[in-house]
Amino acid sequence: MHGRPRKASKPEEEAASAAKAVKLRSLQSQFMKNHHDKIYTEEAIELSTKLLEINPEAYTAWNYRKLAVEDCLSRIDSDPNLVNSIFDEELRVVESALRQNFKSYGAWHHRKWVLSKGHSSIAHELKLLDKFQRLDSRNFHAWNYRRFVVELTKRSEQDELQYTDDMINNNFSNYSAWHNRSVLLSSLLAQNADGFMPNERIPDEYDLVHSAIFTDPDDQSGWFYHLWLLDQTLNVETPLLTSSWPSHGSTIILSGAGCLNGSSSKFTTFCSESGSFPLILYFDQAVGGVSSSTVTIDSELKGNEDLVWEPISYKNSQVSCVWVTHLKYVSTDLCEYKVKIRVGNSPGIVSSRGHNFRAPYEFVFTAHVHDTVKDSQEGIVSWTDGFDIWDAKSKDLNSLITLDQLQAEIDFKWRQEAIDSEVECFGILSDSKIGKLTLARLLMAREAMVSDDAVKGVRYEEILQLYNDLMALDSSHYQYYKDEHSVAFLHKMTSSSESLSRHLFRYRGMNNLVCLRLNNLSLSRIASVEKLLFVQMLDLSHNELHSTEGLEAMQLLSCLNLSHNRIRSFSALDSLRHVKQLKVLDVSHNHIGKHSVDTTRYLCSSPLSNSEWSQDDVGRQNPGLVTKYWDAYFVLRDLNLKQLDIAGNEISGNEFSSFVLQVVPKLVWLDGQKLGN
Amino acid sequence: MADKLVADKHVRYILMAEKKKESFESVVMDHLRMNGAYWGLTTLDLLDKLGSVSEDEVVSWVMTCQHESGGFAGNTGHDPHVIYTLSAVQILALFDKLSILDVQKVSSYIAGLQNEDGSFSGDMWGEVDTRFSYIAICCLSILKCLDKINVKKAVDYIVSCKILDGGFGCTPGAESHAGQIFCCVGALAITGNLHHVDKDLLGWWLCERQDYESGGLNGRPEKLPDVCYSWWVLSSLIMIDRVHWIEKGKLVKFILDCQDMDNGGISDNPKDAVDIFHTYFGVAGLSLLEYPGVKPIDPAYALPVHVINRILFTK
Repeated sequence: MHGRPRKASKPEEEAASAAKAVKLRSLQSQFMKNHHDKIYTEEAIELSTKLLEINPEAYTAWNYRKLAVEDCLSRIDSDPNLVNSIFDEELRVVESALRQNFKSYGAWHHRKWVLSKGHSSIAHELKLLDKFQRLDSRNFHAWNYRRFVVELTKRSEQDELQYTDDMINNNFSNYSAWHNRSVLLSSLLAQNADGFMPNERIPDEYDLVHSAIFTDPDDQSGWFYHLWLLDQTLNVETPLLTSSWPSHGSTIILSGAGCLNGSSSKFTTFCSESGSFPLILYFDQAVGGVSSSTVTIDSELKGNEDLVWEPISYKNSQVSCVWVTHLKYVSTDLCEYKVKIRVGNSPGIVSSRGHNFRAPYEFVFTAHVHDTVKDSQEGIVSWTDGFDIWDAKSKDLNSLITLDQLQAEIDFKWRQEAIDSEVECFGILSDSKIGKLTLARLLMAREAMVSDDAVKGVRYEEILQLYNDLMALDSSHYQYYKDEHSVAFLHKMTSSSESLSRHLFRYRGMNNLVCLRLNNLSLSRIASVEKLLFVQMLDLSHNELHSTEGLEAMQLLSCLNLSHNRIRSFSALDSLRHVKQLKVLDVSHNHIGKHSVDTTRYLCSSPLSNSEWSQDDVGRQNPGLVTKYWDAYFVLRDLNLKQLDIAGNEISGNEFSSFVLQVVPKLVWLDGQKLGN
Repeated sequence: MADKLVADKHVRYILMAEKKKESFESVVMDHLRMNGAYWGLTTLDLLDKLGSVSEDEVVSWVMTCQHESGGFAGNTGHDPHVIYTLSAVQILALFDKLSILDVQKVSSYIAGLQNEDGSFSGDMWGEVDTRFSYIAICCLSILKCLDKINVKKAVDYIVSCKILDGGFGCTPGAESHAGQIFCCVGALAITGNLHHVDKDLLGWWLCERQDYESGGLNGRPEKLPDVCYSWWVLSSLIMIDRVHWIEKGKLVKFILDCQDMDNGGISDNPKDAVDIFHTYFGVAGLSLLEYPGVKPIDPAYALPVHVINRILFTK
């Protein structure tokens, strides 16, 4: 019980409490009688007043009072003085209840109800609010009520902004005031109101929030406001195309299923039984409206009119950062084709915040269709043998459109100046947690703005060191800093073709698949996927991953090794359902089945509560097992796996293995054993 | 300093509190007995002691609280409100007695409280709050009639209450608060709309609720840690898969320290008096932290996982 100390009650205290209880009980039953019999006499109303004075949480009493007021109003002849006196009495009762408990939802709502009946003395309301906010500047009921009054009286946002100014100057440690400030400013900036241009206003706000953060670095009040300012500085509203596969200027080899005629090639090879290959668009924010009218394909590859574009997202969502279509080709038409893609050919691609993809962006790649020899044996894929080093050409890697390439359009200068200035400021706070964390974030932001390869990558060492420092300084949040460290590490690794190529290999066993080795790197999080769309084989074994969040964009991925990680359930692998090329999956030696709490249950797109529990043959024959292993069922049945490793998990065993064989009938290898016909 | 969960004492505390109806504290909370019953009974189920109460007595009392409108009141004779309607449905779910409900009646009461903008009122008097959005969605989902409301509009309204720090408030523009965040994230989780949540941003806001010294969680910046936030913050973190960002061991210790080792019950902090509310949230928090001897609880529905599975996996 908040504010009531724990102590054994003495007998006289218990007796007093019992006596109070009897009185309250009697008051309550009398009140109930009046309420049910709809008695609204002065005496009855006075009874409810007494009740609310003792117990402002008795919500039925507030309801009763509203009914009493309506009853009174219906009986008098709208004499304004009488009406006002009725409302005044209600406001008085609310005030006295609030004094008892200024967090009472019932009391505040009753006041709003009275005011919305048209009775208002705004000066009085603001004075009352001022009183409560002085008592407790964090009382969110008061702030909400303030917003209600402001809207009712149409007070200007500028005036309210001034109010937050006053509160903040009075005491920096006022998260509620900072919060309100961000809401008001957002609105004023969005309207482009007079005196509220981002390039002038945001730098001023940085100065203001510095006073809070630098006065007391441990006080969180300014932290989130600063983060919001950072977002305002970096956030380019116009959606941009970050990367694509195939990328601009690249060459790819296409063939039918089987072995390529000829040995290793320097280009990415894509084999398909279905005679189609994916075309991936990766935007910097979620967009909708990608279709065959907004994205045009110009090529001699036949049969590619009216392509269907799909967002890679949760099933409910029609917006995504990643969009995919499949271009058809005829595997016997051995030829070289140039393909030109025009993104934003006509308006229609819109971000989820409502901003249009403006400039049409064009890119061109070449596709060679090659001959194949039919191969009879499909051997087991090994993660250790059969690899060659591969030299990545920077053209074959995805090119990233960085902010400074679009300077003119997005008013780049003030943004870069603001970030540079913040970096300088926070260098001073370098011993505190918030100082280090903010500096790390600023440096990461700055890296993302730069496109020159020579300069890029230089500050990543500093960022990684900051996160290492934070892991030691603030050990409660170790895992947060670890995740950020992994993200920074991957950004660094993908920042240049030299560093990336150190991790790239080709796997002879499957037509020289491009393999990225990221094993044994203590990675707890996946990132930079937009730069890795060309990867076909990914080794993430011996890391600290607990989810495959992010991998859904890797549409070329056919082999994935997640052994020796911290995967707790198949629901954590839900994003793999989008990776339709996946043939080989190793999730051995994880924690699947070990934990009773599923942290990814609600993030996966399988039908749970409100949709149909759809059942196919497996579902109908084994409802018990499908219920028990529902997440494995949904992930596995959507894939066409040939090779699966699940040993070394708590869930492994005969029951689960035989269940898997029913759900994935075309599986060839399970835990290294070839399955009989 | 406590090093274990005195489950038996908590069970006894709950059973006795149920009987101590005439203390002043109890009479003052008379109007929310339905909530109290839900907290107490769920705790008992988590500790595998639901059998200690008379199912018939509880269920028949619950039904006396149903109003002719279909909604349930906090106690017999009081007015109906969605808050108590959800608790009533949750209690019946615990006992696997949802079949005694006139589902049509209850769901119509709730669906009737959805406003034009997708928000929900708590009752006929019109208070709007995202808590009620969660309550409506959770309740109708348990009753399997989510299609009686405009889910898309409900979701849009919740998203309009999303704030710049990644959290959610009770109405558009309101400050983030862990309780509201739980409600909004829970509602989005149940309706399959968690892609609207910026998990990294919100995850950081939530993990910063952990107090370095005590290991407890507060509800918003610069406030004191409180056991009930072990539920609101923790369940939110679990639903967005960021729970690894807090130090679980320290939180377990904080919850255990809030126990009354002699009389049973858990309080908001080690110095204050215990109550049913905090006893429930402490045990539920321990459940989410996989404490041995406590059954797993679902973070979105706030009911034991076996109860939710029983409801969701059958037609």
